[in-house]
Amino acid sequence: MPLNRDFVGRTYESSAPYEVSRVKISEFATAIGDSNPIYHDRRAAVAAGHPDVVAPPTFPIVFSLFGTGDALADPDLGLNFAMVVHGEQRFEYERPIHAGDELVCTSTVAEIRSVGRNEFLTLRSDVSTTSGELVCRTYNIIVERGGAA
Amino acid sequence: MAATVKYDEVETGQEIPAAEYRVRRVDLVRYAGASGDFNPIHWNERHAKAVGLPDVIAHGMYTMAQGGRFVTDWAGDPGAVVEYGVRFSSMVVVPDDDNGATITISGVVEDKREDKRVVVALTARSGDARVLSKARAVVQLS
Repeated sequence: MPLNRDFVGRTYESSAPYEVSRVKISEFATAIGDSNPIYHDRRAAVAAGHPDVVAPPTFPIVFSLFGTGDALADPDLGLNFAMVVHGEQRFEYERPIHAGDELVCTSTVAEIRSVGRNEFLTLRSDVSTTSGELVCRTYNIIVERGGAA
Repeated sequence: MAATVKYDEVETGQEIPAAEYRVRRVDLVRYAGASGDFNPIHWNERHAKAVGLPDVIAHGMYTMAQGGRFVTDWAGDPGAVVEYGVRFSSMVVVPDDDNGATITISGVVEDKREDKRVVVALTARSGDARVLSKARAVVQLS
């Protein structure tokens, strides 16, 4: 079933700020097998010129889609989660995320299109601090296999 | 906050030697927990096959993270990465054994831009499959 194009342009806010902790950054870095001390040791990060441990480049995936879960699960969208795979992902960084950041996300359904038998949905998220400083933008394309058939 | 690689010492076309990254089922379970992505196609073989996949597959973001490691290890500082994007062109199938799958990543400096920035193009393979395409990182060098 094709996805509902009425969702294009809809915007979703994260319900509460995401607090970036040293423990979470270290846990995530461990999970991707990265022992770089800048992720695990505050002193190493400070010695490298950072205010605290910084997050690996793909870390924003942990929280950047918090606000969109309800939208993707909305029956009116028509998304069959069982057939969803990740199509593309891109991050544009204004600065590294570090422990202590309190981040909020504004996510927009940027595009829905059919490619062959599949449906492609693009979500863009602007990640900012609670004081309004833009930290990064993420672009996430999910693919519903067979959705356009 | 600075890359250890110097812009003036890098040339367009310069290759970054390949590195191999192992991915076993336990790595996917750990990644699911740390990332919050518990889609069962990444840990439940029964479910993966029921939805038409050959076996459990790695999270695309796990593969992308290995590409991120490759770039940050080269640059010397994670903060030097100003942009990073990939297309997931093929699945990394992870068998239920002690070896799992291997992702091999290599890179080339594709372009030198202004402000001491370079574009690094990544190639990521698992078995015979190219698992990432359009994989590019923009890195701020010193």
